[in-house]
Amino acid sequence: MDTQTVVATGAGCAACPIHHVANLLKLGVTMDNWDFVVALAGNPNTGKSTVFNALTGLRQHTGNWPGKTVTRAEGGFEYGGHRYKLVDLPGTYSLLAASPDEEAARDFILFGRPDVTVVVVDATRIERNLNLVLQVLEITDRVVVCLNLMDEARRHGLAVDDRTLARELGVPVVPASARYREGLDGLLRAVSDVATGHVVCQPRRIHNEPPELKAAVAAITARIAAVFPGLPNARWVALRLLDGDEHIIQAMRKGELGELGGVGPTEPSAPETVQVGGLR
Amino acid sequence: MTISRDAHVEDVLTTARTLRSNLGSDFHEQWVEAVYSTAARIADRTVTKPGEKARVTLDRTIDRLVTSRLWGFPIMFLLFAVMFWLTISGANVPSAFLSWLLIDTLYPLLRHGAAAIGLPWWLWGLLIDGMYLGTAWVVSVMLPPMAIFFPLFTLLEDFGYLPRVAFNLDWLFKRAGAHGKQAMTTMMGFGCNAAGVVATRIIDSPRERLIAILTNNFALCNGRWPTQILIATLFIGSLVPAHLAGLASAMAVVGVAGLGVVLTFAIAWSLSRTVLRGQVSTFSLELPPYRPPRILQTLYTSVIDRTILVLWRAVVWALPAGALIWLTSNIHIGGRSIAEHLVALLNPVGLFVGLNGVILLAYVLAIPANEIVIPTVLMLTVLVTGATGIGQGAGVMFNLEDTNQLLSLLRSGGWTLLTGINLMLFSLIHNPCSTTIYTIYKETASAKWTTVAALMPVALGFMVTFLVAQVWRLMIGVG
Repeated sequence: MDTQTVVATGAGCAACPIHHVANLLKLGVTMDNWDFVVALAGNPNTGKSTVFNALTGLRQHTGNWPGKTVTRAEGGFEYGGHRYKLVDLPGTYSLLAASPDEEAARDFILFGRPDVTVVVVDATRIERNLNLVLQVLEITDRVVVCLNLMDEARRHGLAVDDRTLARELGVPVVPASARYREGLDGLLRAVSDVATGHVVCQPRRIHNEPPELKAAVAAITARIAAVFPGLPNARWVALRLLDGDEHIIQAMRKGELGELGGVGPTEPSAPETVQVGGLR
Repeated sequence: MTISRDAHVEDVLTTARTLRSNLGSDFHEQWVEAVYSTAARIADRTVTKPGEKARVTLDRTIDRLVTSRLWGFPIMFLLFAVMFWLTISGANVPSAFLSWLLIDTLYPLLRHGAAAIGLPWWLWGLLIDGMYLGTAWVVSVMLPPMAIFFPLFTLLEDFGYLPRVAFNLDWLFKRAGAHGKQAMTTMMGFGCNAAGVVATRIIDSPRERLIAILTNNFALCNGRWPTQILIATLFIGSLVPAHLAGLASAMAVVGVAGLGVVLTFAIAWSLSRTVLRGQVSTFSLELPPYRPPRILQTLYTSVIDRTILVLWRAVVWALPAGALIWLTSNIHIGGRSIAEHLVALLNPVGLFVGLNGVILLAYVLAIPANEIVIPTVLMLTVLVTGATGIGQGAGVMFNLEDTNQLLSLLRSGGWTLLTGINLMLFSLIHNPCSTTIYTIYKETASAKWTTVAALMPVALGFMVTFLVAQVWRLMIGVG
């Protein structure tokens, strides 16, 4: 053990990718000029606000009851040289927009186009939480699953295999106990990997629906893809159209949906398109 | 924007409509079913449970007890009573210390200082007797109970007890035609009504949400706890032997808070059967697992988030209110101060409903913040009774640690047990503070419902205090 080694380690630490939490700079509410937007979704009472506070250094009130966060909270942090804006969405069980808070969460993931959506999952209630994860995966493929409350799962004698879960879902899964600040470094790394495109997700999509439904969805998906090429969630939009979701129908008519593809709405087979109203 | 794109969009929509009618109505369920079965399969592969653990059984045992039909309500009342008792009996010492520091020590120093540098009397009167003393009073009376009550409440919340309260109350809300989630917003209202009104966003149905907003004011907010606690200590505590005084006062406060909950149900019931008729919607309430509360973090967040914030709001309002009170008591018209004129004007109405003019004027002056009702009442009482030797002069707010002295001051102002009880009732049932009214307007975006929310409780408050006064006079013959 000579001094040389110690110095070398110290200098290397800052650059070493394992040295994550030290790279975290909590920015509180100052979050102008962000590089990436990260949304925090999840079932009620899974610890979204605790994760939010741990990353931003803000002290948004947390409480042990579902439905505590009714307004959207925003904060910022800096990690690995990038600035992130973190948006804490209201907790929901699904994204089928039955209530205003579900709609708020859904709209943000769909129209706010976050660079990464972190779904905070209660490790003691995997099955019910996965319903939401699967729905999020239908909308966006840039997802990180934060397997929170691992301490509680351990206490309940539950063993959760995060690697199998990651393989099944096709997105990074990070076990954590946000209350005790465990696993946050892994979460930060996963978020930055997905945000920077270092890791490309291959999300699990639902494929066990009845054949007639599958055919109908496929037919509409193809048509949507023709009108809005590059739309990442055409299949999900098709499902919502089939469901008669007025909100999505309006969004399509107004062209809000087209902007989501990153490319403007294009005309697939008619080059003589009449352009009106300026540049696009 | 392209014309042909619109045509293509309409084409997609038409296709969707056609396919939808072919698929039949259970399409939505089919898809949800597909999601659920996928989730179940994945969960099955990733989670291994080596049998039920003792911890789960403990959780269930606690749940069975605190949500039981028989024990649920008694446990609930007991827990809250203990909380209030701890707050009431624990706040005395720090309160006395703060008032010694701010009022007995610092205040004379400031006054001498002002006299020494030759400030005109009206300026130091306004600044020191009005603004400084008003604020000092609010701090010394409000800070200690809040610093005890909020951490206790937050600990209960962190532990996971609040959803159980909601569970216990759910069927009552449903009976009243309101949404079960209103139990949660009512709980929030016990901290602050403005926060409770914002929290009603968790209720999906506009009808039930409006009911929750209109009745949130009946959850006794923290600005009104000091009034309740002080008046209960003075009038109820003095009815029983000294060693039981704390307990009796705590029970009286719990009783008033409980009356607020009863009123919430009653008003919700009558609203949902008259102007706000409609279906009761169902919802699923998740009972979260009990978690060991994080004591230090809870203390920190409840002190910073709640205590300091609420106190700050009180101070911000107390400064101008202190000045206003001092002015009304020191500007004389026709030989009497404005405050005296107003008290004389309001006195007949006040006495009619078992209160008095001083209390009514205090409530008018204290619309911005319920927190300053008590200091205003005391100051005006001194002014009206012309009591000498207590306090420092007209329009000077002060504190009296000796409850006997305080009680005899109020008695000399014509207060009886009825006045005390009716003040507690009126403090529960009157208009929301200006912050809450503004929040209601923002949340409902309706001037009509905001007016209803502001005036309905005042009307009800006068009705209740009047009825109590009438019954009291019939039964006891005095008052």
